[in-house]
Amino acid sequence: MSHIHLKDVSKKFGDTEVIPPLNLEIKDGEFVVFVGPSGCGKSTLLRLIAGLEDVSSGRILINGEDATEVSPAKRKLAMVFQSYALYPHMTVRKNIAFPLRMAGLSSTEQGKKVEDAAKVLNLSEYLDRKPGQLSGGQRQRVAIGRAIVREPQAFLFDEPLSNLDAALRVGMRVEISELHKRLATTMIYVTHDQIEAMTMADKIVVLQNGRIEQVGTPLDLYRSPLNVFVAGFIGSPKMNIIEGPQASKYKSASIGIRPEHIAISDSTGTWKGTIGVSEQLGSDTFFHVKCEFQDQSITVRAIGGLELAYGQTVFLTPEKEHLHRFDKDGLRIK
Amino acid sequence: MSTQQSRSAAKVMLAPAVVLLMAWMLVPLSMTLYFSFKKYLPLRGGDLGWVGFDNYTRFVSSSSFWPAIGTTLLIVGGVLFITVTLGILFSLLLNQPFWGQGIVRIMFIAPFFVMPTVSGLVWKNMFMDPVNGFFAHLSRAFGSEPIQWLSQESILSLTIILSWQWLPFATLILLTAIQSLDSEQIEAAEMDGARLLGRFWFIIIPHLARAITIVILIQTIFLLAIFAEIFVTTAGAFGTKTLTYLIFQRVLESQNVGLGSAGGVYAIILANIIAIFLMRIVGKNLSD
Repeated sequence: MSHIHLKDVSKKFGDTEVIPPLNLEIKDGEFVVFVGPSGCGKSTLLRLIAGLEDVSSGRILINGEDATEVSPAKRKLAMVFQSYALYPHMTVRKNIAFPLRMAGLSSTEQGKKVEDAAKVLNLSEYLDRKPGQLSGGQRQRVAIGRAIVREPQAFLFDEPLSNLDAALRVGMRVEISELHKRLATTMIYVTHDQIEAMTMADKIVVLQNGRIEQVGTPLDLYRSPLNVFVAGFIGSPKMNIIEGPQASKYKSASIGIRPEHIAISDSTGTWKGTIGVSEQLGSDTFFHVKCEFQDQSITVRAIGGLELAYGQTVFLTPEKEHLHRFDKDGLRIK
Repeated sequence: MSTQQSRSAAKVMLAPAVVLLMAWMLVPLSMTLYFSFKKYLPLRGGDLGWVGFDNYTRFVSSSSFWPAIGTTLLIVGGVLFITVTLGILFSLLLNQPFWGQGIVRIMFIAPFFVMPTVSGLVWKNMFMDPVNGFFAHLSRAFGSEPIQWLSQESILSLTIILSWQWLPFATLILLTAIQSLDSEQIEAAEMDGARLLGRFWFIIIPHLARAITIVILIQTIFLLAIFAEIFVTTAGAFGTKTLTYLIFQRVLESQNVGLGSAGGVYAIILANIIAIFLMRIVGKNLSD
């Protein structure tokens, strides 16, 4: 049970400011995802919360208590690392028991808690193996097991799925989400993958160059991105951003329209263009349409297997109510 | 990948090297074995015929045999203990980022480049000399009687000299091992509540286990054969006669080649017993 509050927290490495002062509140039991391109400071922010890095200024409150100067172990947070950081010379059982052993629990208590955690994570058969003998997904679960036995105030995940293959990633995504529902503990999850962010989060924090660009629920971010960066980052395929005269028609510096909000037709429409590459997914098709007013092609989603030939002339019509308008600073015009 | 023809060509081309190596090893070994069964006194009659296992029994029953074994084990064990312990500490220290790290690391290896004879003489004359040595001056500065290092504490002195020589080697191997430790593991242990000593004992030492066994194995092989350091410092006096030194005395000082050869065969057996033990440990560590 915990809520975490960052007050004017900043981080400098030497003279470079990686994280300018920022404020963030994470409520009890929330699943918060930090997302952003690589080098945006999301991992650093997580490490500041964990206590693995010292803040340069500001304060971190955990449950209302100042934890800025508290050592990582005493913050009662558990972390799952990108490389899993399992101890290679210990068996799975000893790995999971390590935090309990460090806390000075009796060996019978340790054994019981390890068995419980192993049952939850389907690791019971593997308890006497060493990490080297496990698959990537199993190692991932051991790392999670080591985190849950401590019954921490909050879980911190640092890109935990980036070393897994695509199929396993989808499975682990669901497992972590289920774990969150069952434990109802605060979780902070760092990723560069906006799909992970969209599918798992209660609240997404979009970061760029250490600054928070927007905080909100996945659908908030999808429906009303506060600026061009968030608009382009959230959603797959990316939102089309159009600048120049076409944008000024809507009294804005740039306009954004998602691929699913453009109608495509071979006879009439607002924008004229020619079909480039088309990506058939069966359920829907993405066309990359080249228009005269834009160097970058515009992505359009058509439901079902619509077939249009390469080089064919088509007309695009954006849905007005789903058009996002941005001013010259890239901020959303209400 | 390889055809019948290329395999046989490879054998032919390897042959000279193999033959050379075999000759290199086998000729001295068989000559040692040959002489060990002979009474051979170069200055007192030369080859005096076969004597069976006489040399072997005489070498073992000599009053200096067991003390020599004891001294050998004491020196080897002492040097291993000091170099491994200090090696771990120094490698942890050198792994920390500090100004001038590169220079310090290079300076640290320097003792390894000093020839054994030279380092033995430097220690003997500049540090351990009871009149002009640095330690003697140090003792007198505190008003105490200087220790006559090489005569009163002869084995300790040799252990110190050899440790100084071999510490860089141990540190270097352990440093590279520490550098391969995943920093996330240390951080994970920190999050798991392991304090500094806990992290050292449960994470760093197990990670170093393999490197430590390799250091012990290689150093043991070399330390069993040390000779120059003893020759230039105590010349085998004050109980510093190791097995190697005893063999040298039998062959060159007593001019008894047969007896010395028998000692040599014992040394080979001793080295092999230790090597087998160590290989087992290393093998166990490497297979994990």
